[in-house]
Amino acid sequence: MTMSDAYVVGIYEHPTRKAEGISLAQLHADVARGAILDAGLSLSDVDGYFCAADAPGVGGLTMAQYLGLNLRYSESTETGGSSYIGHLRHAAAAIAAGKCNVALITCADNQVANRQFLGLGGVSWRGAPEIPFEDGYHTGPAALYGLVAQRHMYEFGTTSEQLAWVKVAASHHAQHNPHALLRNVVTVEDVVNSPIVASPLHRLDCCVMSDGGGAIIVTRPEIARSLKRPLVRLRGAGEAVKHNNGGKIDLTYSAGVRSAATAFEEARTTPPDIKYASLYDSFTITVVIQIEDIGFCEKGQGGRFVADGNLISGVGRLPFNTDGGGLCSNHPGNRGGITKILEAVRQARGEAHPEVQVPNCDLVIAHGTGGSLAGYHGSATAILERM
Amino acid sequence: MTEPKLAVSPLVTEDARPYWDAAAAGKLLIQNCNSCSEPYVHPRPFCPFCMSDDVSWIEASGRGTIYTYTVTARAPVFTIPAMIALEEGPVMMSAIVGADPTDVAIGGRVAVGFAPTIDGPPLPVFTLAA
Repeated sequence: MTMSDAYVVGIYEHPTRKAEGISLAQLHADVARGAILDAGLSLSDVDGYFCAADAPGVGGLTMAQYLGLNLRYSESTETGGSSYIGHLRHAAAAIAAGKCNVALITCADNQVANRQFLGLGGVSWRGAPEIPFEDGYHTGPAALYGLVAQRHMYEFGTTSEQLAWVKVAASHHAQHNPHALLRNVVTVEDVVNSPIVASPLHRLDCCVMSDGGGAIIVTRPEIARSLKRPLVRLRGAGEAVKHNNGGKIDLTYSAGVRSAATAFEEARTTPPDIKYASLYDSFTITVVIQIEDIGFCEKGQGGRFVADGNLISGVGRLPFNTDGGGLCSNHPGNRGGITKILEAVRQARGEAHPEVQVPNCDLVIAHGTGGSLAGYHGSATAILERM
Repeated sequence: MTEPKLAVSPLVTEDARPYWDAAAAGKLLIQNCNSCSEPYVHPRPFCPFCMSDDVSWIEASGRGTIYTYTVTARAPVFTIPAMIALEEGPVMMSAIVGADPTDVAIGGRVAVGFAPTIDGPPLPVFTLAA
């Protein structure tokens, strides 16, 4: 059995965007149950559990007890918002190695309702050696991505109007998502006329902050074929980490260069074959850099690529984030990786909203970057195929 | 030098104490590997390129150019988060202070200064240089 013999058979997204009165453990449990029901399985079938620092308590142990899981395998890799795309790859490897049969991946957070605003949900920065050399300079998330966007504009002539097209496309999709936080269609002018948050990024270049979450069930082919859901196979995946490298810094690219190359090699396919892309969208610049790094266009051409509606389903060459993404729909725990997988699977199943469903959508990508493009980050790529 | 107090006082760890002691004395230190000759930033007692523990503290010239910057709505007025390419090579996270944002540009020359913090050692920051 090879690693690519794993299937996503269950998905669920929590409809809440502000989880008033719902505990963190209950949110994780709600999405877990939703995904298990979507798959047509039961809790007792789950023998592998994957979570990141947004899960309450001790790695997977706390949720295993709360849910009553009987686990043979658990893992809590933490790469920020991209964690869950990495988990998908790790689940496939664990299944291929016979370590588990049915893997559950959850992501959920309620920090907005609790007015906690912890940054990256659940992460402890205790002892992180870079903190004294960064924190004093007021480099919050928007500033870090502002640094990246400024350099991209300098190197390649990328414009604010081009970045704005990413938000415009997301808003075109979000109008069809009843759960999206921002459902109004916006224009390039709306984006560039919104207040500067961290130059050159405007308020509308930034993702939303929300609660919510999602879950995924991954299993082996025999079990997948016994279920009634469309068969969506993980055809290839990759991960990579990039950091400040002792001060040898080049902000024009992300670790996605390597994670995507690994995924495409494993999937034995190329970017032009991809029908739909879920791309991490913490900020508009994140999308542009990832599009270049994945290879949808040449390095530096991302701004031109995304302009003029090229990311809008039914209009452009690369329909992206048809749920509205982090820019318009949700970003639970400031972690957008899980929802990237969810909408990619909906597209592959043909279950996206009819107004945004890509026809014959048999090959999709979910790609994320967690951490910060200006500092350390983990990129993860998953290429999924409808069988 | 400027007087805006940066709100965050850095936590001084033993492996970085020379850096902060030097900052208090108005000097910017970086480290240099005596084995592979690479300079590096973010203090640590070994070289991130070759793992040698034969490393030295060296005083940087304090001169550099702006690699990138961002004018934010949240930072204190006239504190502009920036990454500075030091003359010695490494790019470090810092901030530009005392500058009119319209005068700040990538490639612009800067010189180090030190901004007081609430109850810790001063932080290296940069001002626009002629």
